[in-house]
Amino acid sequence: MCATCGCSDDAGVRVTDLSEEHRHGHGHGHPHRAPVRAEPDTRTVALEVDLLAKNDDLAGRNRRWLADRGVIALNLMSSPGSGKTTLLTRTIRDLGDEVRCAVLEGDQETLIDAQRIGATGARVVQINTGAGCHLDADMVAEGLHALAPEPGSLLFVENVGNLVCPALFDLGEAGRVVIMSVTEGADKPLKYPHMFRTADLMLVNKVDLLPYVDFDVADCVSYARRANPAVEVLEISATRGDGLDAWYDWLRHHRGRLRD
Amino acid sequence: MHELSITQTVVTTVTQRMQDARVCRIRLEVGRLSGLVPDAVRFCFEMVAAGTTCEGAALEIDEPPGRAVCRTCGAAFETGEVLPLCDDCGSADVEVQGGRELRIREVEVV
Repeated sequence: MCATCGCSDDAGVRVTDLSEEHRHGHGHGHPHRAPVRAEPDTRTVALEVDLLAKNDDLAGRNRRWLADRGVIALNLMSSPGSGKTTLLTRTIRDLGDEVRCAVLEGDQETLIDAQRIGATGARVVQINTGAGCHLDADMVAEGLHALAPEPGSLLFVENVGNLVCPALFDLGEAGRVVIMSVTEGADKPLKYPHMFRTADLMLVNKVDLLPYVDFDVADCVSYARRANPAVEVLEISATRGDGLDAWYDWLRHHRGRLRD
Repeated sequence: MHELSITQTVVTTVTQRMQDARVCRIRLEVGRLSGLVPDAVRFCFEMVAAGTTCEGAALEIDEPPGRAVCRTCGAAFETGEVLPLCDDCGSADVEVQGGRELRIREVEVV
C-alpha cells in the first residue's frame, strides 16, 4: 500500500518497502506532499480469515461429539423473561421417561435456573458467562464435558436471554428454537432479524395472556416469515399447557429425523 | 456486546498468525448486514490490543453494502436493511446475497 495516499490492490501477499516506494510510479498522478513516515520496513500479509471460523470449527466439533453419542441438541434463544426455563421444566416433566433430557443453562450469573431444572431430575450444568452476552461453541464444549449427556438424550441449550448476540454463534446444535412471548412487541422479528433468520421454530409463549395484552399473533407470524419464510410457528402457554402437545410432537419428529 | 468477543478473535488470530512481528495495521471487512457494529469493534479494539503485538495498530474497517436480488421481479439492488423490500416492485421475497462478510482481510507488520 502507498503510505501517502493509501492506494493499493487487493491481491495476495504484498511487500511494501517504503524506502523504495517513491522511486517508481504507480499509475496515477497525485501530489505527494506528506513526508514518508519514518517507519521501518513493513510488509502487508493477506489473511482472509473469517472471524467466526474459529467458533464454527469448535461448533463442528461439538456437532460431531453429539452425533457420536446420538444426542440431539437444540439451541433455545429468546429475550430474558420469555419463559424458557418454565417451558423446559414442564417439557422435561411431561416427556418423563419417554425422552431423557439434559440441559446446559446459560446465564450471566447465578445458579437459579440450573436449580429449577435440577428439581425435575434432569441432568443440568450451569454456564455463567459473567460479562458475556451469549454462549459460544467453546463454552458449550466445556459444558458438554461436565454434563456428559446420556447417549440418545435430548439436550436443550438454554442460551443467555438476549435477542441480539446469540444469533451469530453456532454452538453445534441440530436445531434453533426462538421463543417469543405475547407480553413482548409483535414486531420483535423485524427489530431483531438476525435471530429470527436462522430459527427452525418460533414458539409464541404465554398465549393464556392474549386477552389482556395488545399482541397480534398473525402480525408476529408474518413478521417472522419475512425474516425467515421457512420458520415453523407454534403457539403455546408453558404454564397453562396450550399447544404443548404440538411442541412435544415437534421434538419427537425432529429427534427422529435428526437421528436418522 | 458480541463485538467484544469478535474483537478478541481478531487480536488472538492476528497475534498467533504473525507471531512476534509488531502489527501496525489491521484491515477488517464488516458487511453492513453482518450484525456487527464497526464503531463498537473500534471501541473494544484499543482495550483488547493493549499489551499485545497489536497495541497501537491502526484499525481499518471496510463496510461492504448489502446486496440483494428480488425473487419476484429479478431486480438487483444494494440495501442497508437486513430484511429489505425490493426497490423496484416492493416485494419482501428478496434474497440477500452480500453484506454479511466478517473477515480479517490483511495486516501490515513491521
